[in-house]
Amino acid sequence: MTTATTIAQRRLGRYAYVGFCACAFVFLVAPILVIVPLSFNAEPYFTFTEGMLRLDADAWSLRWYRSIVEDEQWGRALVNSMIIGVAATLLATTLGTVAALGLANPAMPARRLAMGILISPMITPVIIVAVGVFFFYSKLGLAQTHLGLILAHAALGAPFVVITVTATLAGFDQTFMRAAASLGAGPLTRFRRVQLPLIAPGVFSGGLFAFAASFDEVVVVLLMGGLEQRTIPRQMWSGIREQISPTILAVATLLIIFAVLVLFTVEWLRRRSSEAAS
Amino acid sequence: MAAAGSPGIRAAGLTIPLIAFIGVTFIAPLGTLLTRSVYDAEVAEILPETLAVLADWDGSGTPSEATYATVARELLRARDERTLGRAATRINRIQSGLRSVVVKTPRRLGRDADADPPSSWREALVDIDDAWAETATWRAIREAGQPYTARHFLNAVDLETRPDGSIGAMPETRRIYVPLYLRTLWVSLGVTALCLVIGYPIAHAIAHAGSRWSTTLLVLVLVPFWTSLLVRTTAWIVLLQNQGVVNDILVLLGIVPDNERLAMIYNMTGTFVAMTHVLLPFMVLPLYSVMRSIPARHMDAAASLGATPMQAFRRVYWPQTLPGVGAGSLLVFILAIGYYITPALVGGQSGQLISNMIAYHMQTSLNWGLAAALAAILLLAVIGLYVLYDRVVGIDRMRLG
Repeated sequence: MTTATTIAQRRLGRYAYVGFCACAFVFLVAPILVIVPLSFNAEPYFTFTEGMLRLDADAWSLRWYRSIVEDEQWGRALVNSMIIGVAATLLATTLGTVAALGLANPAMPARRLAMGILISPMITPVIIVAVGVFFFYSKLGLAQTHLGLILAHAALGAPFVVITVTATLAGFDQTFMRAAASLGAGPLTRFRRVQLPLIAPGVFSGGLFAFAASFDEVVVVLLMGGLEQRTIPRQMWSGIREQISPTILAVATLLIIFAVLVLFTVEWLRRRSSEAAS
Repeated sequence: MAAAGSPGIRAAGLTIPLIAFIGVTFIAPLGTLLTRSVYDAEVAEILPETLAVLADWDGSGTPSEATYATVARELLRARDERTLGRAATRINRIQSGLRSVVVKTPRRLGRDADADPPSSWREALVDIDDAWAETATWRAIREAGQPYTARHFLNAVDLETRPDGSIGAMPETRRIYVPLYLRTLWVSLGVTALCLVIGYPIAHAIAHAGSRWSTTLLVLVLVPFWTSLLVRTTAWIVLLQNQGVVNDILVLLGIVPDNERLAMIYNMTGTFVAMTHVLLPFMVLPLYSVMRSIPARHMDAAASLGATPMQAFRRVYWPQTLPGVGAGSLLVFILAIGYYITPALVGGQSGQLISNMIAYHMQTSLNWGLAAALAAILLLAVIGLYVLYDRVVGIDRMRLG
């Protein structure tokens, strides 16, 4: 008797667990999955029309994608996002990788403090960063310039590079470097020819993190950027606040595709770097 | 040992470029912010002579005729230099109503007043507005001229300086910032708790689902993690708004009548739901990395010793996941208390947090000193939590994805 009830109870518990997990996963992905089909809506609504549900060809259209291409504001925003994102990423990746080499060295003094300072831009609320950057960069004449945004975004992106590259270096086998040294390679040659190729996947994925951070950043742009510095997220921001049109959903869909591509690239790089380490 | 210096110095040398870069592009701006919260020399620069003569005033009654003359001349000059508005705004923050007094005075005096002065400046000014005959007006100007002030910080915690110089609580109706800080705290705690409740089973499922499922489920967490914040917030608007997908489904199923659609967005519910969704991956990923290292044998062993699943979970599994719970909760909480974008877009009136107030004072009211003070208090809280995170989890153990 008792065994029967416990088995029933356990089964019930199991169903509850699976059911809860299923709901949780739906909560995670549903919002993203809903956006994609709605961006093909032929009507300017944010909900599924009856025609869409009946799979009428007329109810689906590419008109919102066409309107992105036709609206030159989006084109300009993309150019701005790319300029700022790429420049900030190059800065953050170079400085971040060099710093990570120092941090990964066991001889590094005050390692924890240095790490704390270098990671801090990542956890400081962006609104605080934006306010401070606005005050400080205005004094230097950097407000409302691309350079100002590049510098601010590089600071925000650098922690991602530091974290990713130090993690990669933790799995790096120092015997390679000693072997190269015994063969007469100088420190710079050792780094360039031996270490960098081996940690390249980590550096690259850190750079992707930094780029994604800049590509998605809106608050600093909002406070410090001018009309000339409108980026994709800034453009979306006004789209959501002022005249929400399904064009936003089309842009969002493109950004989701971009996110999925980045995700698979990072995972692929991670696999490569752990293979290289083992 | 070809390179010069000890290995420690060489290692530190490598970190110096980035530390210097962060110092200039990030720490220095935060320093400026802190300075701004206690320092504002605008009025002192626009009306230097007025403040110099007011420094000799004893603070009772009204100042001398000479002071009236100085003020009138300086206001006329400030008007010509187009700096009058900036000074007027700041004086108005000390005592509301003075903005119009300050702005209209030089206009009414007219351009010729300087060349052809009235017989009594005092009478001329009081003629324009009675406020010039009041002690409080002069005190306000003197106060606004102080370059260093604790005013913004007092204001940010709902305190004020009374006319007699003592510090006390503001009248009930004007206390807005302390309640807002408390609301931010509650929302952050609530979002953290929700993330833990939803994230724990998710992480558990990924960690113990077997390798094929596990990869798929992990992707389901990573896709939202990598998707733009604005995209995810937009998605919630699409789902939850009045004519949105969720309301449509509820109406279709007959759960909610068509004319009583639920208000799930542009209020606190919107802030809660969207923030939980945005921050959930930051809870799941640290939990998952801890759970992955717990062998299934532990639970089997507990069961073989006669523990019910509940007991085995409570006594064996849960304690081992505590480092992940701590790391995830602290991270989510730190990110939540500074959240700006999501509440701004889906919070409506009731779902605003302290960050939104900072943005409001930056962009709309243009009270930058107060914005800086509010931000400085928030920054202090975040630094405290950051140090706590370092103690509990260790900053060097932070991982991405």
